[in-house]
Amino acid sequence: AARMFLRLLSDIQWRAAHPKWRRMTSSQRSTSTAAEPHPVSLPAQAQVVICGGGIMGTSVAYHLSKMGWKDIVLLEQGRLAAGTTRFCAGIVSTARPVSIERKMAHYSNKLYQQLEQETGVQTGYTKTGSISLAQTQDRLISLKRIASSLNVMGIPCEIISPKKVLQLHPLINIHDLVGAMHVPEDALVSSANVSLALATAASRNGVQIHERTSVSHVTIQKGRVTGVETDRGRIQCEYFVNCAGQWAYELGHSGEEPVHIPVHACEHFYLLTHPLQEPLSSNLPTVVDPDGRIYIRNWQGGILSGGFEKNPKPLFTEGRNQLEIQNLQEDWDHFGPLLSALLRRMPGLEALQIMQLVNCPESFTPDMRCIMGESPTARGYFVLAGMNSAGLSYGGGAGKYLAEWIVNGYPSENVWPLDLKRFGTLQSSRTFLRHRVMEVMPLMCDLKVPRWDFQTGRQLRTSPLYDRLDAQGARWMEKHGFERVKYFVPPGSDLLDLDHSKTFYKPDWFDIVGSEVKCCKEAVCVIDMSSFTKFEISSTGDQALESLQYLFSNDLDVPVGHVVHTGMLNEKGGYENDCSIARLSKRSFFMISPTDQQVHCWAWLKNRLPDDNNLVLEDVTWKYTALNLIGPRAVDVLSELSYAPMTAEHFPSLFCKEMSVGYANGIRVMSITHTGEPGFVLYIPIEYALHVYNEVMNMGQKYGIRNAGYYALRSLRIEKFFAFWGQDLDAFTTPMECGREFQVKLDKGIEFLGQEVLLEQKQNGVYKRFTMFILEDHDTDMDLWPWWGEPIFRNGRYVGKTTSSAYSYTLERHVCLGFVHHFDEETGEELVVTTDFINQGEYEIDIAGQRFQAKAKLYPFSSLFTQRRRKDEVELSGYQRE
Amino acid sequence: FYLTPPQVNSILKANEYSFKVPEFDGKNVSSVLGFDSNQLPANAPIEDRRSAATCLQTRGMLLGVFDGHAGCACAQAVSERLFYYIAVSLLPHETLLEIENAVENGRALLPILQWHKHPNDYFSKEASKLYFNSLRTYWQELIDLNSGETTDVREALINAFKRLDNDISLEAQVGDPNSFLNYLVLQVAFSGSTACVAHVDGVDLHIANTGDSRAMLGVQEEDGSWSAVNLSYDHNAQNEHEVERVKMEHPKSEEKNLVKQDRLLGLLMPFRAFGDVKFKWSIELQKRVVESGPDQLNDNEYTKFIPPNYHTPPYLTAEPEVIHHKLRPQDKFLVLATDGLWETMHRQDVARIVGEYLTGVHHQQPIAVGGYKVTLGQMHGLLTERRARISSVFEDQNAATHLIRHAVGNNEFGTVDHERLSKMLSLPEELARMYRDDITIIVVQFNSHVIGAY
Repeated sequence: AARMFLRLLSDIQWRAAHPKWRRMTSSQRSTSTAAEPHPVSLPAQAQVVICGGGIMGTSVAYHLSKMGWKDIVLLEQGRLAAGTTRFCAGIVSTARPVSIERKMAHYSNKLYQQLEQETGVQTGYTKTGSISLAQTQDRLISLKRIASSLNVMGIPCEIISPKKVLQLHPLINIHDLVGAMHVPEDALVSSANVSLALATAASRNGVQIHERTSVSHVTIQKGRVTGVETDRGRIQCEYFVNCAGQWAYELGHSGEEPVHIPVHACEHFYLLTHPLQEPLSSNLPTVVDPDGRIYIRNWQGGILSGGFEKNPKPLFTEGRNQLEIQNLQEDWDHFGPLLSALLRRMPGLEALQIMQLVNCPESFTPDMRCIMGESPTARGYFVLAGMNSAGLSYGGGAGKYLAEWIVNGYPSENVWPLDLKRFGTLQSSRTFLRHRVMEVMPLMCDLKVPRWDFQTGRQLRTSPLYDRLDAQGARWMEKHGFERVKYFVPPGSDLLDLDHSKTFYKPDWFDIVGSEVKCCKEAVCVIDMSSFTKFEISSTGDQALESLQYLFSNDLDVPVGHVVHTGMLNEKGGYENDCSIARLSKRSFFMISPTDQQVHCWAWLKNRLPDDNNLVLEDVTWKYTALNLIGPRAVDVLSELSYAPMTAEHFPSLFCKEMSVGYANGIRVMSITHTGEPGFVLYIPIEYALHVYNEVMNMGQKYGIRNAGYYALRSLRIEKFFAFWGQDLDAFTTPMECGREFQVKLDKGIEFLGQEVLLEQKQNGVYKRFTMFILEDHDTDMDLWPWWGEPIFRNGRYVGKTTSSAYSYTLERHVCLGFVHHFDEETGEELVVTTDFINQGEYEIDIAGQRFQAKAKLYPFSSLFTQRRRKDEVELSGYQRE
Repeated sequence: FYLTPPQVNSILKANEYSFKVPEFDGKNVSSVLGFDSNQLPANAPIEDRRSAATCLQTRGMLLGVFDGHAGCACAQAVSERLFYYIAVSLLPHETLLEIENAVENGRALLPILQWHKHPNDYFSKEASKLYFNSLRTYWQELIDLNSGETTDVREALINAFKRLDNDISLEAQVGDPNSFLNYLVLQVAFSGSTACVAHVDGVDLHIANTGDSRAMLGVQEEDGSWSAVNLSYDHNAQNEHEVERVKMEHPKSEEKNLVKQDRLLGLLMPFRAFGDVKFKWSIELQKRVVESGPDQLNDNEYTKFIPPNYHTPPYLTAEPEVIHHKLRPQDKFLVLATDGLWETMHRQDVARIVGEYLTGVHHQQPIAVGGYKVTLGQMHGLLTERRARISSVFEDQNAATHLIRHAVGNNEFGTVDHERLSKMLSLPEELARMYRDDITIIVVQFNSHVIGAY
């Protein structure tokens, strides 16, 4: 039965269509199954070696060859289009929650549609459309959010009533539905044949394809890929692309220098049936019922239905072992709940006869997003893997971006959410991966409300104050494995209630965070910000300064003790990182960047700093606990603890000084808060952390000190129009586009990365502009809250998306930050965005299909805040800072 | 009238008991991991008894089930006393001397047994002195007999069984000045009890069986499936060897009257038992004891009744049949149970149900569609039923309880049917005995790691 099914799912026609390639591999491949002779020997060298002949590997080969690279070898350990690619359910769906994923899926869909014409290989592409069902109002909201995003991408998409669902698909039981989303252009296609078509086209473009060739390991010398060892000999190469799917992790670890690729496989089951009495039309839309955890598509007149169960079965934790994918067992008992969901959704199928239950393992990643990009430790080592069971939908787009990355040095879209460098070694623990993917797989179907957190793999990296803060009611979230406080539940609050409510509306912590914000504004709060990435760069001579001046856009040649906010820009002037750098001495610098920059920033600097023994880059993240004292009374607390004057004359803004706090000496104090509020960040050697924290809390008591968390910080920084890297800023955003020209010193006398682009932008203007929006007719208590990714409309036309949002307790309004573009009304061409363009528009923000009026601003509400401060100053004994 | 699932559970779990062998230094060095036991009464009061104890002066663990008849007095006495007789039989000479000296000099006695008892398992306070004296006489004789040889477990078991039965008989003949005790010893002697006792020491498992309770070993085959190995023979009319033995022990002239309607002398189901002096004493002795006994005994029609064709007593013995088995890693558990269980369940099913319960894996044959024509609806029904079967596993924390649930509640498909279970458990006392017998079960779980290391 399995054999027959395989034949059905992937027709073998590609072979006849491609005599050239057939010669290259073997003439008897279709009849002989034993070890065949390899008629063509491997080349001794190639520019690129791709490992993996599934949809990812062939897509990368296809796109590389399209971009003009010819010297490419693709190696496949078995046969092309085997593994997960062969067993894939064949659904191409653009209804994805993450923007970059939607873009990849959209591109894939367009690519597959024309592939048959391009290559002559039948792909079975059928535009069936898809219907995503909602059994609850919350689910419908999440679908509406996706629908809004698809619409502004130009992908037709409609929220429809249950009645309409029935018209589109007569078998669906609609009685428990509240609505659905219809995406008419979603498609079905044979993924194996897509893969073969891509391989065919690549082969025609000169890519050499070798089946039955397995890579044993990749050789890396001096941080660069030099070649590949295979069971058929060695190939020298400049670039290696790991598209090994389930085996990507293992392959990454096979060499002397491991490349950590955090993927882990889980079994995945779907059901195939015989045709219905009246065979289903092949145009019938695919049905996704996330509340039932299942998907259903038409297949050969019957159906194919699988799902993402609550209790997944992880496998291959110990690596590649005795189990071959083909030999995995059907597990009906495991599939039971999904079968129940299927029959509940389509009761008419009771009498339909089963053909087979397919067990097709899929690889999953720690954050549900796929992995692509270059290894942080080995240049030229690229990865594309961990598709979280959406490999077919992503395959085309992902292959394209990776090919661009290899050829151009960067892809044409912001793929940071998918970048391998968002992970470190810590996510490569097999135990971590096994536990995390068991959480991730059910999450594919779970409702994702704003600010949800992973529950597994927690309490891995913590501040030394973790227990102290936890005991005081801290609620935690995780970033890059580091536990960070969201907010503190005051004693006496209903803890259970707080932890379990998940909503798209006003969250239950609203008042808690509100009081923390109030305390930051009126007294002083402590936020543990130890997770931030901290590097030290020092040299014997001027090497450090010279290098940094080239790598950073602001002028770092400042007096010792000054702190500089600056972007670390790429050649296109985009933010690779946004950081604060303190000049500790003439020859050493202390650099603070966002938590998730630890791997990326390290690799960026390592690859660009001169190879000089006298220049030392050190990751000191673990050495310091960072306490952020925010608020007008921070100055009082610190001066009492240090017996040092902390007023503006002695300790101006953006200043850094080592001083004593309590008994502890050598505390690095900086007058920054990451929020725009007055205050300091204390960088404390970890063994002093508890002491300093205790001293601060004791001394702070009389000034009304309290603990606060990141939600308060977030509200403060967003109402102050502070952009954060990773949320608002990315490699495609320049300082000019986000109103940070003042952080760029075009005339500092030293050429720096991105300078040309910035100069050009200064002269000719920018094509998008970071803008702050105040929601006008939004009822905080009753209306859906913005999150991020909401479309922005100007005079009724789509102009961009929000990147972050928060409720401003000061303005008593929601604030969204986002980018405004100027698309030509006729051509859609991007035009320069001027200040007038921003200021002269009527804006609306689309939250799950509902539009709210918004006021656009290019500068923060300085007047409003100052006024308030003046008022506060009277009450709070004349504090003065600016 | 219908019992809710919680009510059913409270009935089933009322007598459950579990014991885990304590771990030393994080490791259990015993070949026994622990045991689960439970009883479900049909008679009121229940006539079954159970015992479990660890030998403190020798190695090993003792477990037994006792099925009483004609009242529970004999089973009660045996459940209290037999393990002491066995333990004493196993003691080396020096230890016996030490114990005797301690008693002689009024010093604290070395503890011999550590009991593992459910709160409902009681010991008779009144008789303890009497029982102790009989036991002391026994060990004094053992001291005098000192053979100097190491004690053989088989012999010790046989001796202990025979000696206890002998003491029961003697105590009844001698009587006691205390009228309560006097009546008690007579009740014990005139009622009867089977005994099925296991002694586990390392890989050496001995089963001593008297009567129709049964010991069964659960073996896990290489493919994960479960099979049952009998470690005892039933002493009843179905056992040809037993019938043969009884016939051999009596003149040919009695042959046709010895076994009637599958019963010994047409009266008694088990062919071996403790007590039951009516099948052991001469008619004269019986008459003398009954006549001189208390009025309650005299008024009792049963005790006065002499079995028909009663010519050459004794017709009954308490001597056990002992089977020795060397435990292997695949021997995962031992089930000791009274005939109440074995009447309703085949041993193969018992092995499977307990095995699956203990391994936590419901080793149902995985379903494979193969070439069969199965519809989605049929598959759904099948899976729902299998899930229900699994969920019944998780209701029980005790393997014996789980087994009782199946024994009483199983329908023709081998799954627990709640309705049936509810009916069987809500039968009025007077009817219960007609539908089911008392059930007593001990499930001993073995430590394969330790056994494998021997």
